[in-house]
Amino acid sequence: MTPRLWKAGATHAALITLVLLITFPVVYAVIVSTLSFQQAYVYPPRLVPGTELWHNVVEAWDRVHMGRLFFVTSVISVGTAVVKIILSLMAAFAYTHFRFRGRALLFPMTMITQMLPLPVRILPTYELMASFHWINSYSALMFPFFASTTGILLFRQFFLTVPRDMTDAARMDGAGPLRYFLDILVPLSRTNIAALFVIEFIYMWSQYLWPLIVTNTEDMRVVQIGIKMLIATDQISPAWNVIMAGTIIAMLPPLVVLMVFRKSFAEGIAMQSQK
Amino acid sequence: MAAVSIRNVYKSFGDVKVIQGISMDVADGEFVVIVGPSGCGKSTLLRMVAGLETISSGEIAIGGRVVNDLQPKDRNIAMVFQNYALYPHMSVHDNMAYGLKISGMSKSEIAARVNRAADILELSKLLKRRPRELSGGQRQRVAMGRAIVREPTVFLFDEPLSNLDAKLRVQMREELQALHQRLRTTTLYVTHDQVEAMTLAQRMLVMSIGKTEQIGAPLEVYTKPATIFVAGFIGSPPMNLVPGRLDEAGAALVGEGGARIQLPQAYPELGARSLTLGVRPEHLEACADKDALLELQVDFIELLGSDSLVHGHIGADKGRTRVTARLHASVKARNGRTSLRFSAENLHLFDSETGKRFEA
Repeated sequence: MTPRLWKAGATHAALITLVLLITFPVVYAVIVSTLSFQQAYVYPPRLVPGTELWHNVVEAWDRVHMGRLFFVTSVISVGTAVVKIILSLMAAFAYTHFRFRGRALLFPMTMITQMLPLPVRILPTYELMASFHWINSYSALMFPFFASTTGILLFRQFFLTVPRDMTDAARMDGAGPLRYFLDILVPLSRTNIAALFVIEFIYMWSQYLWPLIVTNTEDMRVVQIGIKMLIATDQISPAWNVIMAGTIIAMLPPLVVLMVFRKSFAEGIAMQSQK
Repeated sequence: MAAVSIRNVYKSFGDVKVIQGISMDVADGEFVVIVGPSGCGKSTLLRMVAGLETISSGEIAIGGRVVNDLQPKDRNIAMVFQNYALYPHMSVHDNMAYGLKISGMSKSEIAARVNRAADILELSKLLKRRPRELSGGQRQRVAMGRAIVREPTVFLFDEPLSNLDAKLRVQMREELQALHQRLRTTTLYVTHDQVEAMTLAQRMLVMSIGKTEQIGAPLEVYTKPATIFVAGFIGSPPMNLVPGRLDEAGAALVGEGGARIQLPQAYPELGARSLTLGVRPEHLEACADKDALLELQVDFIELLGSDSLVHGHIGADKGRTRVTARLHASVKARNGRTSLRFSAENLHLFDSETGKRFEA
């Protein structure tokens, strides 16, 4: 073999090893979800898929009422992502196209509130939700997430790249600010909107700590809590095959969202890094 | 159609005075080019006519109506931008129809107008395309179409050809002229390109940093530049400008380093005065030594084919008294020197202090 082939071979070997390393936990979870209870406990671990997948999925689905969990989580994920996108678009429009008193102060303030991580804000926010009597409600699950620094920044950076001539052309055409926003800016932000939707949907779908705190009834639980509930505390040996089956189901919606928006998502992210 | 009247207009951004008292009357149907170097405020002036910038003081009237406080859409004008400013997500048709749709025009009327404009601009086959699927020239035509469909009383162009390559620019220049001849709409056209200004304008307004230098027909501006600035800006290669002092008799100019230029005739009334002499490269001609008005020491020659540009200096100071002559290619510069002359009608004399032209 020539040195060039050696080099290419080595690179590929390194990359393949890395990919295997990264995907192994997911692959192993899929394998375990197809095994029976006993098979999941054999040593050394079994790496050949079994035949119990369907059984495990049904078991997991029924045991924690996965249907209800999916419904609640879908509502908060889609709802939060949509509201977040609308608010971010409007805020970015205001910050980039209007001069108003306090603009210079307001923008960093928006940033600062969002820079504090959730655990720091969690107690005061809980207090607030409780004082609104919002515990166990969709409002409590969604409201604290509506303002998004990421979103505002994303759209702000994009709006800044829209040429002034285009804004002027719209003014000459007689488009007022709202019309310009809806007819020109929002359609042009299509790929950014898709990117933000994917990011925010997955972010909300993975929420665990906050829903755990502001809900305490069965019917307001979210998917991630459902997975935890599969690991019943009174069992000495958890049924890993069923737990993994539940995990696999929980992974599917984000995967579907990502697949659907994959092209726009990639374009949106690429556009950000180009500019 | 309408006349445009700019009356003593000023514009400041904070402390920076961008436009310092410009007045001009544009007749109905006239094609006026506003020309000047980058940063002279010409685009700002156009944007004030458009209503995209406020007017700090003075008045702008369109069709006899003062428009200072009117929104762009209420001024009955249309503008073509340098970067075309087409809406990327709309088809060619929608780009042209957008303004009409907002104004609440009926669908049939919109369709009729868009089709008529597309016809004029040969865009009929491209109506369904998106801007990114068009060439630069086609995009420029769509931008013009968007202006035409409004059937405005005034067209405003802000450097519309500067993003096109040289060949396309010449072609679009012709199309613009043809369009103006067909529609006869009053047009204000901003450019930094003096060739574009010369070829398109019926009259031109030459600007330097916020001020009017000269208003006039292209030929008038070329043959009788009102100031040193205009003399140096209009014409390519630019006019030779030699500062110096006339002798007592007003018959010769003595520049720095002993540079001496004999004048074709004496100007006794200007005798012993400091001034700047101007003569265009194309108005210098080679001659016998005894007829010479100036002796050029040749530094280098650019061959253009039909002509040569002979660059050199007169006198000892190479930096201050540079002179370029456009001579026929057959003329050979002897011994690195050549004798040149020019006629009195091609001589320009300017006051070195004020920059103003002396009328002989």
